[in-house]
Amino acid sequence: MQIQCKNLTVGYEDGPVAEKINFEIEEGDYVYVVGDNGSGKTTLLKTLAGLIKPLDGLLTYENTTKEAGVGYLPQHTQIQKDFPASVAEIVLSGRVRKTGGGPFYNAEDKKTAQEKMKKLGIENLASKAYRNLSGGQQQRVLLARALCAAESILLLDEPVSGLDPAAASEMYDCIRQLNDDGMTVIMISHDVDSALEYADKILEFRGNRTRFVSKELYRSARGNMK
Amino acid sequence: MNELVQYLSYPFVRYALAAGVLTALCSSLLGVTLVLKRYSFIGDGLSHVAFGAMAIAAVLSISEEMIVVLPLTMICAVLMLKKGRNAGVKGDAALAMLSVGAMAIGYLLLNIFPTSANISGDVCSTLFGSTSILTLSSADVVTCVIMSVLVTGIFIIMYNRIFAVTFDEDFAKASGVNTEFYNLLIAVITAVVIVLAMNLVGALLTSALIVFPALSSMRLFDSFRKVIISSAVIAMTAAFVGISMSIVISTPVGATVVVVNIFIFAACSAIRSVKK
Ligand SMILES: Nc1ncnc2c1ncn2[C@@H]1O[C@H](COP(=O)(O)OP(=O)(O)O)[C@@H](O)[C@H]1O
Ligand SMILES: [Mg+2]
Repeated sequence: MQIQCKNLTVGYEDGPVAEKINFEIEEGDYVYVVGDNGSGKTTLLKTLAGLIKPLDGLLTYENTTKEAGVGYLPQHTQIQKDFPASVAEIVLSGRVRKTGGGPFYNAEDKKTAQEKMKKLGIENLASKAYRNLSGGQQQRVLLARALCAAESILLLDEPVSGLDPAAASEMYDCIRQLNDDGMTVIMISHDVDSALEYADKILEFRGNRTRFVSKELYRSARGNMK
Repeated sequence: MNELVQYLSYPFVRYALAAGVLTALCSSLLGVTLVLKRYSFIGDGLSHVAFGAMAIAAVLSISEEMIVVLPLTMICAVLMLKKGRNAGVKGDAALAMLSVGAMAIGYLLLNIFPTSANISGDVCSTLFGSTSILTLSSADVVTCVIMSVLVTGIFIIMYNRIFAVTFDEDFAKASGVNTEFYNLLIAVITAVVIVLAMNLVGALLTSALIVFPALSSMRLFDSFRKVIISSAVIAMTAAFVGISMSIVISTPVGATVVVVNIFIFAACSAIRSVKK
């Protein structure tokens, strides 16, 4: 078991957003987080990423998983569209805490960044300006950056939102490929169809309650509802 | 040109140029981060606070005014950054209150407890910079050199982290960067740079030194490193040209430096629209 949540309450200073969240995630799981806007999906992901503290309950990472680093891809709106930075600069910044304490990136950092860009098919964009890329390319850059930071867990907040269907499907392929390579993926998505296709497990937010089910259970429950 | 070379033989001219160029370097390095983090309002607010602090120091007849001005400005920098992050209308209004309030109190103090016969002259020179940059002692220049070396050194050593925190604070934090510390560092350095810059262009124009070179460079370049370097080059050039011009044609130093920056910004905008 890689991540465990027991009666977890997530939220901000002004109060809880979602309560009694329970789940266990194994290494290599592909977990979809689905639910209405404002139901607390992003809040949960931020808690898992360590950006905000749990208000109550238990969140445990297996041994060293947390120190090794989670790769976080924030909800897209947070990053400025016109930020002047090259693709290489952004991907390399995923190594910001892995430089062995030194202030500058070393050869290994640069090699890792190179590998991750290659893996996502963006190595030819390395010197291009981030702000001139298409939405799909920008998301790949951020995913490559997350990969530079992650040893075993990716936390992705709506990685395909705002992409056209073709770009979205390429993005899904990328992510599934990473999962096939052994990466644990926890991804927020509105796309229930793709959840039913790719996910191992589904965490559903509804009202201020959540339930954590296997894809099969989720599918049959939906069938019943129809 | 000959005239300028002639002027350069005077120590006060060399001091002014050295202090001006170094201050411009520091403000431009910081400026890129502040503009991109949408914190440029802090530059403006802090320069008003620094004016207020300067007035307090003058009224208390503290000869080493830095002892008052620097800590006060630093405290406000930290407060403003904290407030600015919790954004919202209230945060914004609180900032405006702080900066306008500091200005008003400063002006009032200077009027109630006049420290010299020429109050409006004093106020004007604190606001718009004065000939004080032409009366720097070598000790002033040494202080300026030390501060600039510190600021530039810290910036270079922290460069990668500053980039990470500037581009995407949440990601940086999730990767284990102590983002609070870097925000604090940025606030404190901003305070230092603003107090430095105030001696050059005065309180009101200080934020121009921070904003203009950064915005000019962002029009021209697409990579963070290039934007930083070009911002430094533009700022230092503008300071050199501006100060030299003001000496040769006897115009106010601060305003001249800012006008040169405006021209460079216009040129960069033109180049960008031609490239597109
Ligand atoms: N920084 C914040 N401080 C306080 N409340 C917040 C903050 N960010 C989001 N919220 C609130 O938390 C709730 C859940 O938001 P979020 O987790 O972003 O939902 P989702 O990602 O599922 O759409 C919303 O009601 C939102 O207003
Ligand atoms: Mg969300």
